[in-house]
Amino acid sequence: MGTVYLTRKAEFAASHYYHSPDLSAEENLKLFGKCNNPNGHGHNYTLEVTVKGAVDATSGFVVDLRQLKEIMNREVLEAMDHRFLNKEVPEFESLIPTTENIAIAAWQRLEPKLTAAQLHRVRVYETPDLFVDFYGEA
Amino acid sequence: MKAYLTRRYMISASHRLHSDEFSPEKNDEIFGKCNNPHGHGHNYMVEVTVSGQVDARTGMVCNLVDLDRVVAKEIVERYDHQNLNMLPEFERNVPTTENLCIAVYDILEQGIRFAHLDKVRIEETMMNSFEYAG
Repeated sequence: MGTVYLTRKAEFAASHYYHSPDLSAEENLKLFGKCNNPNGHGHNYTLEVTVKGAVDATSGFVVDLRQLKEIMNREVLEAMDHRFLNKEVPEFESLIPTTENIAIAAWQRLEPKLTAAQLHRVRVYETPDLFVDFYGEA
Repeated sequence: MKAYLTRRYMISASHRLHSDEFSPEKNDEIFGKCNNPHGHGHNYMVEVTVSGQVDARTGMVCNLVDLDRVVAKEIVERYDHQNLNMLPEFERNVPTTENLCIAVYDILEQGIRFAHLDKVRIEETMMNSFEYAG
């Protein structure tokens, strides 16, 4: 039996701002524009997690959806939902919480916990018109 | 680490699917109502995917302002509120969404210098979409 891909979505709402300590105040404003406002601004993010694997002959599942949902809730949503990402999520003490880095952080949080299936892709929508895909590539 | 960033843009345009190489009957048979000589229109959703290493300093694959600027200037200005059949790239090519996808990709491949153009995907309607990756 071939590989089947399963995707589960979740939503979280969070605030962030973009600022690099390596740059001057003027350079930060030039590079990040209105995203540089230190008081932050928010988005409704959509997290899409795609796992892959063979379909289990007994259950007919690639993965138990309840387990996947629990792992997504525990590892990502509890940490990021209704949070100020820059101040409350440890990864973003040293990294700018861009959509790229949120996707990478979500991957790094989920990948070690997913034992029943293999993580294939993490997609994070910042808005319906902007999203980032991360496949764990170096 | 390598990530893929996708941005969606909308263009509204009209077109008529017709080939001078076919007889009127053949055009009607192949293109059906899309062959209406007066044309018809769509709201096209153009999805542009670029990829590259996430910059350690900025946390970005590329600056969205740069991507938006190139797409606005090269794609939206060129195609939005136009009749595609009147444009030089569709003088000989039927302006199907397949050919529009290829035209958009070829233009952006020249214009995007700050990241790798990975893919262009265009939704002609909610029910159909086309992808071209070069």
